[in-house]
Amino acid sequence: MELTAEQRKGLYRTMALSRAFDDAMIALYWEGKLPIFQFGAGPLPGELHCSNGAEPVGAGICAALGPEDMLTADHRPHHVAVARGVDLDRMAAELLGKKPGLSQGKGGHMHIYDPSVNFASSGIIAEGMAVAAGMALARRIQKRPGVALAFIGEGAANQGAFHEVCNMVGLWKLPVIVVVQDNEWGVSTAKSESTAIERNADRAVAYGMAGEWVGTNDPDDIYAAAARAVARARAGEGGTILEVKTARLTGHFMGDQQAYIPEQMKQVDPIPLYREKLIREGVLSAEEADAIEAEAKARMARAMEFAKAAPYPDPSEAFDHVFAGEAA
Amino acid sequence: MSRILTMSRAGREALDWEMERRPEIFCLGEDVFKFGGIFGTMDGFGAKYGPERVISTPISETGFIGMAAGAAMAGMHPVVDLAYIDFIGVCYNVLLNCASKTHYMSGGAVKVPMTLLIGTGGGYNNAAQHSQCLHATVAHIPGAKVVYPSNAYDAKGMLHTALRDENFVIFLTHKGTAGVGWMGTPIKTTLSEVPEEPYTVPFGKVKVYREGTDVTITGLGMSVHESLKAADELEKEGISAEVVDLRSLVPLDREGIIASVAKTGRLIVTDEDYMSYGVSGEVITTVTEHDPTLFRKPPVRVTTPDIPIPFARPMEQAILPLAGRIADAARKLMA
Repeated sequence: MELTAEQRKGLYRTMALSRAFDDAMIALYWEGKLPIFQFGAGPLPGELHCSNGAEPVGAGICAALGPEDMLTADHRPHHVAVARGVDLDRMAAELLGKKPGLSQGKGGHMHIYDPSVNFASSGIIAEGMAVAAGMALARRIQKRPGVALAFIGEGAANQGAFHEVCNMVGLWKLPVIVVVQDNEWGVSTAKSESTAIERNADRAVAYGMAGEWVGTNDPDDIYAAAARAVARARAGEGGTILEVKTARLTGHFMGDQQAYIPEQMKQVDPIPLYREKLIREGVLSAEEADAIEAEAKARMARAMEFAKAAPYPDPSEAFDHVFAGEAA
Repeated sequence: MSRILTMSRAGREALDWEMERRPEIFCLGEDVFKFGGIFGTMDGFGAKYGPERVISTPISETGFIGMAAGAAMAGMHPVVDLAYIDFIGVCYNVLLNCASKTHYMSGGAVKVPMTLLIGTGGGYNNAAQHSQCLHATVAHIPGAKVVYPSNAYDAKGMLHTALRDENFVIFLTHKGTAGVGWMGTPIKTTLSEVPEEPYTVPFGKVKVYREGTDVTITGLGMSVHESLKAADELEKEGISAEVVDLRSLVPLDREGIIASVAKTGRLIVTDEDYMSYGVSGEVITTVTEHDPTLFRKPPVRVTTPDIPIPFARPMEQAILPLAGRIADAARKLMA
């Protein structure tokens, strides 16, 4: 399951696009919010939880998946959505609350749904655990292939839903991979202050699941662990808790000053590290890397242009979609 | 051909018919494989449909109801048995934030067709954690349909409707009305002539059980049958009561309520759920907002008061909205 040079360039491309997405959104986020900060002001209102630093998780894991696989993400979904190939223009439009957005402006950035690539997210911590497991159960009954992945944070591993669902995944040998993205912080609570053991992957043994722990925020290593977990799931060997030590570079949400983070816990940006690694190993030249980054920014600029130009939904549309199968 | 059935047997017939024809329907819940669900709705299904479609779960309501939502999003129609509504406390997020809101939050891109069967109510000395109704607590959630049949005919027809609905449907049954072995002799008014063939009963239409001219008594689940008992007593005293079963809370048939009050001019709302912030206030407001002059006398609520359900028989019997309290309220209204 060695990655080819082309695949590794692809990982870099995915991470660059994900970063371009978040950087563009962060820039827009502050419009209308200075000097007085108010969540609801400006063209990109609401809370915004960016994925800067977590890009290797989305890129590395999604590279190990097929189109039949299903994903749920949490309140910080951008890096997984971008890596999964969620429609970038419509996702950008959704963040701005526009009519052509994925949810026609009803979801916002925490509620990203794109059934064309089997992607869903939820703003409630660990809610996606059971949803992913249920999708895997559905496929089993339908006798169709498909691995389900629940992307959660290390804080979510202390939710009851985590433990209930892991037990059922183990009990029923469901093809479910729980991706625990350990960015060390649940808002301002450090993992050491919230979690009784060092590694959530070790909890797998309690549920009859496999555990994988990746201590580097490197997409090559994350891909390798994901590929092993996917192979087990496809072979009918059940689920995996796959924990990755990743990073959260832009705080819990925009406006988080992160004064609670001590100097010795400052996190490293994984994207320049991977760039250097690929150049060092002769996979990429600096010029190629620059070109990939420029291409990502240009693609994101087009998505932003689309989103900004798009109309808002009519206020009356608030009453649509409460129930399926009913005229508004 | 029709036969007299209990609600439990009638509901089972609907589910069986749909499961035979639709592979996307499967059952999930504690003890469903061997016990057939709390009301026997899935009685014998384990043997008939096998463990892949009748799945007994661990005691993990957050997990398995959330999984049902995920399975529904992936093209299935799960039928989940949650036994008692008192247990929604341990899985409320799935009802509140997931199953009910996903269709809306996805702008209609993702549907969550699932039916959640829940038993409600007290009257059999099971105390504060196994006797609640709580239907207002779930009916308050936008995006969830909430229905509550009170007789066998409606149980079958409304379950067919629920199983063909594309939405999250919370299907409530009062334990005392279901006609299950552990609740004694079935209440006569819960039994109905039930056709063998499938049929649907639409959501959002009241059922007038008994026509009357002096006072409208609305009920839900068990309180319908207590209202019917009260109406029998009142008839002997020359008071003509109209008994209206709401039977669907979301959607609610506001026109049906108004039409009855327009006829009688008097309203008693019975409800075994707690009084405040609930269905009783909603029903009265429905009429008041439409036309307060329809009331010849101020409307009256006969409900469980805002206290936990007590265990001891004399206390529990005193606080439930039983026929005696309903009849007294009607006499006062007519005085």
